[in-house]
Amino acid sequence: MQIVVLLKAVPVVGTERLDAAGRVDRSAGLEPNGNDEYSLERALTLTEAHGGEVTILSVGPAAATDPIRKTLAMGAARAVHVLDPGLIGSDMAATARVLVAALRRLDFDLAFAGADSSDGGGGLVPAMVATQLGLPYLSYAADVEPLDGAVRVRRISPGGYHVIEAPTPALVVGTQLLGAPRYPSLRGIMQARSKEVATWTLADLGIDPATVGEAAAGTRLLRTETPPPRGRALVVRDGPDAAVAQVVAFLAARGLA
Amino acid sequence: MTSGVGASANYRLTEEQELLRATVRRLAEERIAPRAAEIDRTEEFPWDVKALLAEHEILALAYPSAYGGLGAELLTLCLAIEELSRVCATSGLILAVQALGSLPLQLAGSEEQKARWLPDLAAGRRLVAFAMTEPEAGSDPAAMRTRAHREGGGYRLEGTKRFISQGGVADLYAVFAVTDPAARRGRGISCFMVDADSAGLAVARLEHKMGIRGSPTAELVFDGVPVPADRRVGAEGEGFRIGLRTLDRSRPGIAAQAVGIAQGATDVAIRYAAERVQFGRPIGEHQMVAAMLADMATRTEAARQLLYRACVEIEVGGAAAVRWAAMCKLFAGDTAMAVTTDAVQVLGGYGYVADYPVERMMRDAKVTQLYEGTQQIQRLVIARELLARLP
Repeated sequence: MQIVVLLKAVPVVGTERLDAAGRVDRSAGLEPNGNDEYSLERALTLTEAHGGEVTILSVGPAAATDPIRKTLAMGAARAVHVLDPGLIGSDMAATARVLVAALRRLDFDLAFAGADSSDGGGGLVPAMVATQLGLPYLSYAADVEPLDGAVRVRRISPGGYHVIEAPTPALVVGTQLLGAPRYPSLRGIMQARSKEVATWTLADLGIDPATVGEAAAGTRLLRTETPPPRGRALVVRDGPDAAVAQVVAFLAARGLA
Repeated sequence: MTSGVGASANYRLTEEQELLRATVRRLAEERIAPRAAEIDRTEEFPWDVKALLAEHEILALAYPSAYGGLGAELLTLCLAIEELSRVCATSGLILAVQALGSLPLQLAGSEEQKARWLPDLAAGRRLVAFAMTEPEAGSDPAAMRTRAHREGGGYRLEGTKRFISQGGVADLYAVFAVTDPAARRGRGISCFMVDADSAGLAVARLEHKMGIRGSPTAELVFDGVPVPADRRVGAEGEGFRIGLRTLDRSRPGIAAQAVGIAQGATDVAIRYAAERVQFGRPIGEHQMVAAMLADMATRTEAARQLLYRACVEIEVGGAAAVRWAAMCKLFAGDTAMAVTTDAVQVLGGYGYVADYPVERMMRDAKVTQLYEGTQQIQRLVIARELLARLP
């Protein structure tokens, strides 16, 4: 079974900063997107159990190299890094087009993507990719089970789970319920250096630079705002009687009791 | 100080080294740090930590990939020792000694000998230790008296080794003994790999120590221990030279342990200084404490940079390796002692009690000024090498 995992390199959660243009600064200090790591973990478990290999596909800046290396250390066999200055400022639609062009050049039974990214959070790219490639789209996967020529997914639904099936190749969107990502082993880290990371440009993919990047974006980022900090929490450390009185007073002062 | 390769020395860790350090750090913080105080208090060798280091192939770092190891550079090995020692110096020493004890084999062993022992050591199935020091031969190891008498096709060992780290828990010892008492100083010594369960080999006592209390330090008595000839590493008379070459590569490991201890103490002191309020503000905002924190961090970083540079220079090889090894061990050991002493000072009365880890770190730091050559010996080594370079 060949699995491609779509990987977004995001700023380390909690350290996000904006660059001069108001975009998320992705020039350094990147890590694999959390939901992508859950998907990778499942992809690795599946190939370990059923044979096959995991290929990482990432569209991202030069600094994406570190998170890509980490996924190789975790056990992915190889990686494709689409890297091109023309990609800066691409919107979700352009990113999806690039991923589609790259996926057309890769053999796979399953493509995995994380449910959304910790920095942008748009959550649409996997659906766009599946649509353009005409692949079955199995979202919010809590479990993935390979069948003969097909895949079965437990999909999180508002009331519980749907169990859905689709023929492969298919695209699966993974969630945290797929299981905690493994830490890279030391042997994995030492072996990652000899694994292949192919760098593909827009030209390699036959993509016209005018169709991607900031100028071609259908949406424009006007402003980025961080949420206001929350007020200080009131920590009550007294015994039960005094604590109850304090909590009641706290709520009463806010018209809540 | 010029070295010839200074201009090209790499001052940034590779991605691989960063990732490896992060992995070892996480393991150390999650699995070893919670055990550190108990290991110190009970003075018991932490078999659980040894198993953890084996399971995660941290013990394999120092071994060539041909024998199941990970083939890490010296710097990478030192990063791991540093991270372990940051939370528990005893645990850092397990890795350092597993490298130290195998170095004679790695440096001078035959292919057959390497294939026989290295895979088990790399996998952590067996532990190894380095037995050179004797009651009357510490800083002057060439004065050793342990004899290896020729007998039949092999040898019979007679004598006593003292202060042997990991003695009693190791399965295998690299033992140095005199094969030719008539030879010139240092030329009559040979090196042997001796199984811990050999007939006539006994652990005569375990020391009660100030620090690294979970790491057994043993006195080994060899009472006519038979050793087959195929267990001699290198030629007869070559042992002392093998031992000295071993120390060139093992001293950075002790420097790494010292840097780790210093960093661990600095971390604790900074956190404490930010939280402890006196005179209405955190003590870290009082200038005299702030200055101590700044000095601790600066000294630790200086020791770390000297160590990393030394690792790169030693890897390159050459005559200066002996100097770099001695310099990094000297500076890092003194730094660990000074920084941990300051950490206790920053914590005041709390630093002096066992509820906080800095008094343990201070006790652990002291040994880095003593073993694998005292600081005085390091200075002699450095000065001798400097003077030898005069035309």
